[in-house]
Amino acid sequence: MNILVCVKQTFDTEERIVIEDGIIQEEGVRFVVNPYDEYAIEEAIRLKEAHGGEVTVVSVGPERAEEALRTALAMGADEAILVDDPRARADEAAVATVLAAVARQKPYDLILAGNYAVDDGSGQVAIRLAELLGWPYVATVIRLMVADGRATAHRDAEGDIEVVAAPLPLVITAQQGLNEPRYPSLLGIRRAAKKPIARLRLSDLGLAATDVAPYTEVVATFAPPAKQPGRILSGTLDEQVAALVDALCRVERVVS
Amino acid sequence: MERAPWMRGGAFLIADTPAEAVFTPEDFTAEHRLIHEAARSFVEREVRPHLAALERQDWDLTVRLLRKAGQQGLLAAEVPEAYGGLGLDKVSAALISEALAQGGSFALSHGAHVGIGTLPIVFFGSEDQKTRYLPALAAGDKFAAYALTEPESGSDALSARTTARLAPDGRHYILNGSKQFITNAAFADVFIVYAKIDGERFSAFIVERDFPGVATGPEEHKMGIKASSTRPLILQDVPVPVENLLGEPGRGHVIAFNILNIGRHKLAVGCVGGMKEAIAEAVRYAQTRRQFGRAIAEFPLIQQKLADMAIRAFVTESMCYRTTGDIDRELSADGGPADGRDAARRIAEYALECSINKVYASEALGFVVDEAVQIHGGYGYIEDYPVERMYRDARINRIFEGTNEINRLLIPEMLLRRAMKGELPLLQAAKDVEREVFNPSPDEAQGVFAAERRLLTVGKRLFLYTGGLAVQRFGQALEGEQEILAALADLAIEVYAAESALLRAEKAAERGGGRAEHQADMVRVYVREAFDRIAARSRDALAAMEEGDALRTHLAVWRKWTRYEPVNGKRMKREIAGRILAAGGYFA
Repeated sequence: MNILVCVKQTFDTEERIVIEDGIIQEEGVRFVVNPYDEYAIEEAIRLKEAHGGEVTVVSVGPERAEEALRTALAMGADEAILVDDPRARADEAAVATVLAAVARQKPYDLILAGNYAVDDGSGQVAIRLAELLGWPYVATVIRLMVADGRATAHRDAEGDIEVVAAPLPLVITAQQGLNEPRYPSLLGIRRAAKKPIARLRLSDLGLAATDVAPYTEVVATFAPPAKQPGRILSGTLDEQVAALVDALCRVERVVS
Repeated sequence: MERAPWMRGGAFLIADTPAEAVFTPEDFTAEHRLIHEAARSFVEREVRPHLAALERQDWDLTVRLLRKAGQQGLLAAEVPEAYGGLGLDKVSAALISEALAQGGSFALSHGAHVGIGTLPIVFFGSEDQKTRYLPALAAGDKFAAYALTEPESGSDALSARTTARLAPDGRHYILNGSKQFITNAAFADVFIVYAKIDGERFSAFIVERDFPGVATGPEEHKMGIKASSTRPLILQDVPVPVENLLGEPGRGHVIAFNILNIGRHKLAVGCVGGMKEAIAEAVRYAQTRRQFGRAIAEFPLIQQKLADMAIRAFVTESMCYRTTGDIDRELSADGGPADGRDAARRIAEYALECSINKVYASEALGFVVDEAVQIHGGYGYIEDYPVERMYRDARINRIFEGTNEINRLLIPEMLLRRAMKGELPLLQAAKDVEREVFNPSPDEAQGVFAAERRLLTVGKRLFLYTGGLAVQRFGQALEGEQEILAALADLAIEVYAAESALLRAEKAAERGGGRAEHQADMVRVYVREAFDRIAARSRDALAAMEEGDALRTHLAVWRKWTRYEPVNGKRMKREIAGRILAAGGYFA
């Protein structure tokens, strides 16, 4: 079984985010494999160990993302692809287009990705990718079984578990709880150093700049305002209700 | 290898190393970072959840974790690939040690095994010994310990009383004696034991636990590092096959010297990990503990402590990785070492720096854990807080791998020996400095760190001036002037520490960015504080050697050289602390 895993390199979740002149500062930041993608990588390696085949990891990201791919290779992935063309990551639609082109290069049985990336948290890319490929997808999977060209997935449905069966090829996004990702062994790291990382440009994927023209535009980047302390309403129940309605309508303007 | 003048152990005292030639943590490769991350993950997931059980001396657990470390390759870094190891560079090995240091004193179980336990065979083992032992030691199927110290023989290691005598069959040595404070004794399968053949020739042997007559005594009740097993090793008529003699008979001191040297290096690196952990704990506490209506991290005196702690960690990290990089360069020169002995010999080129790092790092760690407890106030004295354990665990570092006193005596001794052998033009440099007496005080150099560079130049000068006088004044009798020797050691240590931090910051400044600014602030504050210690130490040493007019002449020179403009350390430390607090712990 050949599996493609989509990987993003993100800030370590413990890093503080510093924005200067509307740009997120990356200097000295510790980068990690997006934690949800780690589940995807682990699941792919386990499926390979059970069924054979190859695991390819792909990242659409800057040069530094190579380190995330090396980590995946050290964990046990076989090959890696880095598309480091800046145009390729203009927005979620662009990334999905590029990934679809990568996925068409080889006959994959399964594509695994994280539920969402912890940095921008859009959760769009994997699902857009499935749409582009015309494949079914199952999101937020916490248990996955694959046999005879079919997959049975347990998905986290807002607190309930939904059991979904689907034919391969298929796109799956991994939710926390799917597995306990391994961390690389030193031998794995040494082996990873010898595994290939293919660097692809848009042209290598048969894509033109117009194919990845973004649908969205970043207008401003800013940190959320500091959280204000809550307000405890007092008085009789009716007074509290009135104060709450007033606050929601006039102060917070969430109800009109 | 074509050697530049600074490319020698001890040469930092007489030559300036170019910043671009020094190895710094900013130079870690992607593979180094992955290795560090793998070791960190191991500690975080496998060791730290069990710290309490490890402290209670559950040796089965220790062994399970060591085996797991073996599966992860964390015991194989320094074993050559030909013997089942990974043959990684010393920077990788150092990063593993640093990461493991955050696993309480389990780090010692790991460190004693991969370091003083395994390396004697890596460096001095015969082909047969390497083939028989190293694959199992690298994989974690067997564990090693090192047995040098005896009840009556500590710093004076060569006075060991354990004996080895060739049995009448000519195929065994019979070992008798007892060894003290043996790390990993509870579970080690293999012991590197020093004994004197016929009570005279100091030699090393590989002794297996299963050999008849091998026993261990009861566990010591130690002040700290309780998760590390420490027991006596008792040898009673133990038959050791002659093929288990390590190295040549009567040459055990060469093995001991080299292994201690590497042990000191590893100890220093471990202290870096310990300091970072203590700083993280102190920051966490200072940010959550509220007094007078605010987090104590907001108080300048707490910030000053955090800045001082971070600066020491930065300086120690800079010197340790500088030395590690020097050792790696030495090891990779001229197509690499011919054999294990050659590798040990190459590492020993930097034996002086290893001693310096050991002394500096263990004392810096002592300072940092002490302040970490202080920041915790009364809670720092309570076992529930990790700093209580860190404080106790840190203390041993100033004692083992050669007490800091022994190392302080070794530092000038090694330097003088190198000078006498013609390996280091130290005496010429001391003469040159004497001539400088009549010249004006050294000018400020060019560049971002002009004032700091000048202070360092003066620091080196004061070492040579004071050292030169000591040699003239005492000659052979200098050996008995331990206070003067220790003062010279302190000057060398301070110079190496300050220079390593300065070179790192210079290199970082070339690359620019916010981190470079942070490093620059730490260096500006630190170099001045170090220089004050250098100045005071050299003045007192001069006063201990001369008196009257002669002393007054020396002090006139001293005054001319030691004048400098102070900086606003208070303000800089607030800024340094601000960044540490924002980052939630040490960073550089």
